Amino acid sequence: MHRTYVKVLEDVLDANGTIAAANRADFDRARVTVVNLMSAPGAGKTTLLERSLRGLDVRVGVVEGDVASTLDADRIARLHVPVVQIDTDPGFGGECHLDANMVRSALPSLRLDELDLLVIENVGNLVCPAEFVVGEHHRVMVSSVTEGEDKPLKYPLMFRACELVIVNKADLLPHLHFDLDRYFEHLDAVHPGVRRMLVSATTGDGIDEWRDWLTAVAAREVVPA
Amino acid sequence: MHELSLASAIVDTVERHADGNRVTVISLRVGALRQVVPESLELYVELVGRGTVCEGARVEVELVHARLACCGGEWEPPSFRCPSCGGGGRVVAGDEFLVESLQLEEVEECIART
Repeated sequence: MHRTYVKVLEDVLDANGTIAAANRADFDRARVTVVNLMSAPGAGKTTLLERSLRGLDVRVGVVEGDVASTLDADRIARLHVPVVQIDTDPGFGGECHLDANMVRSALPSLRLDELDLLVIENVGNLVCPAEFVVGEHHRVMVSSVTEGEDKPLKYPLMFRACELVIVNKADLLPHLHFDLDRYFEHLDAVHPGVRRMLVSATTGDGIDEWRDWLTAVAAREVVPA
Repeated sequence: MHELSLASAIVDTVERHADGNRVTVISLRVGALRQVVPESLELYVELVGRGTVCEGARVEVELVHARLACCGGEWEPPSFRCPSCGGGGRVVAGDEFLVESLQLEEVEECIART
């Protein structure tokens, strides 16, 4: 019996990366721009989509990711937007995030050729979704003012993984001890200069800028700074 | 972070490279930015590895501290901001999550002597 040393040097998430690349190839072939939308539970992703997808001048579809229930997909369906619900509980072991394989399983239910934009609303979770690419072109997160100013420091990977941070629930600021300047300082400490938008999905404040951003990425334009 | 599914991915990778041989050591390199708890990962690899060539293997995790670079200098988090220009630093370490290497026990074939 002798010992052999084998050099492997393989990324643990290689397999997910391979499937994500296959998803991306399918998206590019169909000329669909894909946005992976992430946040903590309850930050307002679905409400943001309800507010911003209505009347958007692009053909948009949505993939909803949750551990259980079709509540979010039902809300999006009411906008007459094609939507597929992925529940990670039955069949995927109750995963706390979407991975490339799960997203791939949803693709046959969508007519990608009839879409310009696909928004993947990830499972509410500030930790794991950042680790799993699913084939998206853009990663956006929703951060809400009710979560406190220190969130960027506590969850650097998520805040760094995203190219745009939507700061939601701005309408609640008068009722909170939330220091917006301090929050932006923390955000810049973790992801210097990251694009951010202050919005209220409930009142509609700031939503036009987000809709313009979605329209621009769907058209595969260079997004203005 | 759900070390169980990561452990499954690791065991799959190891099995592919072990070529049927028993694994005695699995060496992993995990960056501090990857949100992985090394002790938890070791435990789950042990659990998931039962009944595979990984059974009984020692799991060694090398934790790599995060380092950022910009303007010719390097620093460590919590700030990702360049102390010189205030811009975003480039991650030069701490991003890794690799199966680095394996030690296998190969059984030598018996050579019949005549």
